[in-house]
Order: sequence, then C-alpha cells, then structure tokens
Amino acid sequence: MFPKPIQSMSPAARLTYQIALPVMLVVWLLPLLGVAVTSIRPSSDLAQGNYFGIPSYLAFSNYLDVFKNSPFASYMLNSFKVTIPTVIGAVALSCLTGFALAVYKFKGNLLIFFIFVAGNFVPFQILMVPVRDLTVKMGLYDTITGLALFHVAFQTGFCTLFMRNFIKALPKELIEAARVEGVGEWQIFWHIVLPLVRPAIAALSVLIFTFIWNDYFWATVLTTGADTQPITAGLQSLNGQWVAAWQLVSAGSILAALPPVAMFFLMQKHFIAGLTLGAVK
Amino acid sequence: MTVSPAMSEPRAETGMPAPRRRRLNRKLAPWLFLAPGVLMFLIYVLIPIGESMWISFFQWDGLSAKHWIGIENYLELLDDDAFYTSLKNNLIWLVLYMLAIPFGLFIALFLNQTVRGIRIYKSLFFFPFVISQVVVGLIFSWFYAPGFGLFFELTKWLDGTGIAILANPNTVTYGIIAAGLWPQIAYCMILYLTGLNAVAPDQIEAARLDGAKGIKMLWYVVLPQLRPATFIAVVVTVIGALRSFDLVSIMTDGGPFGSSRVLSYYMYEQALSEYGYRMGYGAAIAVVLFAIMMIFISGFIWKMWRDERGL
Repeated sequence: MFPKPIQSMSPAARLTYQIALPVMLVVWLLPLLGVAVTSIRPSSDLAQGNYFGIPSYLAFSNYLDVFKNSPFASYMLNSFKVTIPTVIGAVALSCLTGFALAVYKFKGNLLIFFIFVAGNFVPFQILMVPVRDLTVKMGLYDTITGLALFHVAFQTGFCTLFMRNFIKALPKELIEAARVEGVGEWQIFWHIVLPLVRPAIAALSVLIFTFIWNDYFWATVLTTGADTQPITAGLQSLNGQWVAAWQLVSAGSILAALPPVAMFFLMQKHFIAGLTLGAVK
Repeated sequence: MTVSPAMSEPRAETGMPAPRRRRLNRKLAPWLFLAPGVLMFLIYVLIPIGESMWISFFQWDGLSAKHWIGIENYLELLDDDAFYTSLKNNLIWLVLYMLAIPFGLFIALFLNQTVRGIRIYKSLFFFPFVISQVVVGLIFSWFYAPGFGLFFELTKWLDGTGIAILANPNTVTYGIIAAGLWPQIAYCMILYLTGLNAVAPDQIEAARLDGAKGIKMLWYVVLPQLRPATFIAVVVTVIGALRSFDLVSIMTDGGPFGSSRVLSYYMYEQALSEYGYRMGYGAAIAVVLFAIMMIFISGFIWKMWRDERGL
C-alpha cells in the first residue's frame, strides 16, 4: 500500500493524521458549509450584518419560503421529468449499441465505436444552432420532450463506450455456447447478456441521472419558461429575482443539489465504478 | 447457473434453425442493434456538427433567409478583441485546470489509509463533484461576494481592504477557475483513489526493501502504475476546461466588461442573446472551439485506438 499505512507509524504521526483529517475536510468544504449555514440563517441576521456568527435562531422557514411565490416546485418537477426518461432512453439505446459493438465482428466496428467516443467529447456549442433549429422545426422547442430527446441522443455516446467495454469483458464462452445451441441473436441479447449487464445499467443510471440533472447549458438553449425549465436554469433566474436574499439562494441551492447527492450516497459503489471506468487496467 | 434455463427455452420453441438462415441473421443483427442509437446520434450530434460548419459561412439571424458571405465571419473574428480575450481565457483555463491533477493526486494519497471512518471522508471529499456547476457557481459567488463573502472577509482581514475578485477584470477569470477546480480536483481524486487501490502491493514492498520511499517511490514505482488513471484525469480535465460555460454564465455573465468570457460563452452570447441573433458568427466561433478541441480529442482517440489494437 502506498503511502505507508498510518498504523505502522509513530503514535504522534497517527494522532496528527487523525486531527488533520477533519481539519482538511472542513477547509475543503468551507464554501459549502458557509452556504449550508446561510440557508438556515434568518433574514434579520443578514440585515444586521451577522454573516458568520451563530444564527440567532434556526430559520428552517427559509426552505418553505423558497417554494412560496416562486415556481421552485415546478422547476424541480421539470428536472425529474427530463432526467428520468433520459436515463431510461440512453441506457436502453446503449445496451443495444454496446451489445452490437462488443459481440459482433464486422467492418467499421471500431470506427463506429470511436465516433461515439469522440462525439461524446465535442463542445456543445458546435451543436447548439442546428439542434435548436431542429427542435424548433419539430415543434418541440420549449418542451420537456425536446430537451429529453437531445439528452438521450447525446448521452448515448458515453453510455455506448461504457456498455461496449463492459460487455466485451464478459466471458465469450457464454455467447458461443448459446450459438452452438442454436439460440437466436435477440434471445442471446435478452436472456444471456442483459441479465449480466445489470451492474453496468445501475452505474450508468446514476451517472446519467447526475449529468442530466446538473445540465445547465441545454436547459437554457432549449427551454425558456417556468413550465419547462429544469432546476438548474430555474435557479439561475430565481437568483436574479432574489437579489442579495442569500438565505433563499442558499436554501434553493441546497435543495437543487439534494437529488444527485442522495443518488450518490445511495448508489455510491455503482457511481464510482461508472466514473472510474478505465482508471484501472 | 441462471443461464441454462434461459438458453434451453428458445430452443424448445423454435427448434434448431437452419444454419444458413442463422449466418445471414448474424450478419444483419449488429446493424439492427445499432440502428436506433446510431440514428439518434447521427441526427443530434454528427449532422449538426456539419451543419454548424456550413452555417458559419452565412449571415443568419435564425429566422430570415440565410445570406452567404463566405469566410467573412472568420475574417471578422481575426479583428475581434472579444474573440482574443475569450481565446486567451480559454488558454488560462486549460493551463490552470491541469492543477486539478496533482491536487487530486495529493488528496488521494492523503486519504489512502485504512483508519476508521475513512470511507465517509472519501465520500465527503468527493462531494463537490456531485453537485451541479450552477450550485457551485452560486456557492462561490457568495464566497467571493464583497461585504459579506467568506473569502472577501478573509482577504479583508489580511490586507485591510478586501479583494472583490469577481469585480476586477484582472482577477475574475482566476476566481472562476478556482471555483471550477473545486469539483475537478474531486473528480481526479476519485480516479486516483481507484487507481491506488489497484497498485500491486508486492511491487511496493519490493521497492521498500530496496530502500525506496517518499517522492522517489511515488515517482518511480507508484505513478507508472497509475498511468491509466492519469490518462483519464487528463482527458476529463482538458475537456472540462475547454467546455467551461456554466460557471462563467452563473458567476459573471462574461463580465466585468467581457473580461471573463471564454469561447463557449462568447459563442452563446453572439448566437442567442440581446447582442442579436448572429447565428453565423456564433457558428464560426463554435467551429474554432471545435477545431481546438479536435486536436485533443484526436490525440485521445489515437491513444485509445492503439490500446484497443494492442489487446
């Protein structure tokens, strides 16, 4: 193990490490902690300049105020409406493409694979004008469907990379044995491969959920109003309305961050497995 | 095993299909599996790239008829100060964003222990990556805000006047990059933590017996084994730096006086904002950004292609 296990060091070093851990963590999360405290600080404290002291009372009502007189709930709901279908769509499509690219040998296999990979890295701006135009022409501008459709297509790139590598690592004998038995191609996919890629589906689902939930650029390009905009774009426009009402901005930020954070803590193992794909040979 | 009943089931239904039909099937099958995904990717990603290049040769407000102007958009770019500011900022982003890799490695090394509660610590250090860049931007706007931001108060305590980092054209980009580094360091950290987990213990022990330790051990024994992690860290950091848009939009809107613009933001501003719907000019900026990124993307793909062939 590297670095040397702390247990094998002197008691002084161990003690230093035990103290350094929480200290480093607090420093690391300082901006976040500040916002968390601000989110439960009463507005009267902020008016009196009590920015860092102990809040005079815990104003959890800030969290309720966020929902009052603002379409906050609608923004949150929109985020779910965009995110969940995108996760299902992108994962479903990439199970198919990943299977095709991992199992079959054909001309152009690697080329198609690397086009998916490369497409996944392009700057969004090179797609912006045509995609917006296309969405308008389909009558889907400023709709949740229009936004989700684009996300499904774009995320298919990353998901295909992931699925293909995952399926490629499965034992080949399983598929070959099935073929010898005369099992059809679709049956092989459905009954043999799909049950085995469940961990990959889980990992991709949490990752794509987080990516799409946190998307801001496409939300501003393809949607405009509170009826359709997800929380990221909504938070930005509310930030304009809540000028200097930092307790509201903070509470809103925390709420907007909650779903992906919850997802991360519930599915941590899958999340990290997905994110670090390829980090180990 | 769970597989055997599933395998015998279709055979019971269909019997042995004729071998000739099966071979035909197997040739067609990959294309059928690929079709929906490829079609979507074609419509929403590949064709738009070509369209953007095409549009960059037109003057177009997005509504009325396009007007062909050849390379005039590109000529205008050469004379556009805002374009150079954006380009310069992109370069600063790219260089400084790379700091995420050593910092991430440092934190990973710090956390690569097996004391009680270390898993929670690792998760909490990773936290900034999970939250949206919009929220990161808001958090840091508050952190830097003159008058009451934590950072501002700290600098005030140090120098007496305080530094309003986002209000000064000379410092604003650095302030935004610092905000961007926060989640990026967390990402690199998790890549390295995973990598460190897989470092061969016997090699470490052997090197230790040979008297290697500290920096030398890190450089000659550990880092070579972390190369796959480093490669991914470089890829995601380069792409992340050049894609930076959210933080600029949230924290400064490109200001003050356009000094924190980057190409991605400048493109958006030209194509879709009160500056007028200059889709052609915006597309030209996008093409430049795309060309810059393609240099890196081709490099990554080339390396991945070689690895794939080597397998």
